[in-house]
Amino acid sequence: MHRGKGMKFVGDSRIKANHRMPNVPKDYSEYPGKTEAFWPNFLLKEWMVGAVFLIGYLLLTVAHPSPLEGPADPTKPYTPLPDWYFLFIYQLLKYTYASGPYNVIGAIVMPGIAFMALLLMPFLDTTPERKPSKRPLPTAFMMLTLASMFYLTWESVVNHDWVAGKAQGAIVHEVEFDKESEGYQAYSASSCIGCHGGDLTGGAGPGLTNTGLTADEIKNIAINGSESGAMPAGLWQGTDEDLQKVAEFIESLKSE
Amino acid sequence: MLNKIYDWVDERLDITPIWRDIADHEVPEHVNPAHHFSAFVYCFGGLTFFITVIQILSGMFLTMYYVPDVENAWKSVYYLQNEVAFGEIVRGMHHWGASLVIVMMFLHTLRVFFTGSYKKPRELNWMVGVGIFGVMIGLGFTGYLLPWDMKALFATKVGIEIAASVPFIGQMIKVLLAGDATIIGAQTLTRFFAIHVFFLPAVLFGLLAAHFIMIRRQGVSGPL
Repeated sequence: MHRGKGMKFVGDSRIKANHRMPNVPKDYSEYPGKTEAFWPNFLLKEWMVGAVFLIGYLLLTVAHPSPLEGPADPTKPYTPLPDWYFLFIYQLLKYTYASGPYNVIGAIVMPGIAFMALLLMPFLDTTPERKPSKRPLPTAFMMLTLASMFYLTWESVVNHDWVAGKAQGAIVHEVEFDKESEGYQAYSASSCIGCHGGDLTGGAGPGLTNTGLTADEIKNIAINGSESGAMPAGLWQGTDEDLQKVAEFIESLKSE
Repeated sequence: MLNKIYDWVDERLDITPIWRDIADHEVPEHVNPAHHFSAFVYCFGGLTFFITVIQILSGMFLTMYYVPDVENAWKSVYYLQNEVAFGEIVRGMHHWGASLVIVMMFLHTLRVFFTGSYKKPRELNWMVGVGIFGVMIGLGFTGYLLPWDMKALFATKVGIEIAASVPFIGQMIKVLLAGDATIIGAQTLTRFFAIHVFFLPAVLFGLLAAHFIMIRRQGVSGPL
């Protein structure tokens, strides 16, 4: 044991390493330019960059609480959207020659080729040049890939119905109500129940619990249709008296 | 006092060379933002590691409340989000960190690519880096299911169908991930949980260690 402090251990069984490289850092003067010791000078600067980054990160966290939709229910209809960094593949799979019978091209072959090309980059681009301008082909391929990823992500974002996407997964707070009540009787006798469901939790139309609407606003929608036009005008076929009962019943459906 | 403790340990374990290997080295001028502002592009790798550490810590705290079972998974996340003190912050950091780590890793990859730093002798480190990229994508995919809400379930169905369309071994991958040939359910959730908190982090730690040992051995690539 000749290294370090020349330590001797009781019952030492280790092989002696006599030919190790001396583990002494080079003198600062052996480095060109304005080098800096990693510890503690440079690490302090990295720490400051990290602190600034952390402030932005925490502001994001506080300003936008992470989303949580209703509990998973495989029996309900739902059109899923992947996390944002998969959106370009999601969009790719909408095109004719990357979907349906050609699904394997869009889902496996193209991402597979791209990933393998990235993995094997050092063996595809073997010139000693490092400047992007002196290796035009790899630079051009990477720019093309970035442009297509950006374009596909953009296309998927503008073609997605974000309002409907948000509504389909929203947490529904169950509201208890009496199915024998006059209001529910009038509701279930009308055509409302066809779209809004027997439990008023929605179906083709949205759920009617916790709408936050007044009875008059509900009556207006029943007669004139919804603002978005998803529910057309003139769907209410019953009497004004029943409509009043239904509207008051829906207004009363609030969870605590 | 601290010096005495250090000496006591050093006398037995000879830790000074280990310390030198880890921390005692020179940082060249061209990667130091204090000398060239544009050198901030060299921060992306460190920031990726910073977020990874935050992900590990916040994830450890999340598992104190999270229950990986179909009956209680969503309820435990709802409770964590709405009732637990600072639960919203811890879950928020894990949620946004998952996106930020992808962003930072992407920027780090582009920096290495456009500075040609993957060339000889750094080929192996580049390939390990691409492996880390793959593991991170896997962590994002498996973590997306865990809240067990509507989008989690239905997005995972699509993801598993894509995995199943791999020629020849697709069905095997599907059964391995989902735990069943047809059902995406209780088995899938426990498997994704195990993959997310045990398997992939184990692979990640190994790859990160290799990544860091190699960068210490080879040093950062020179100026363009």
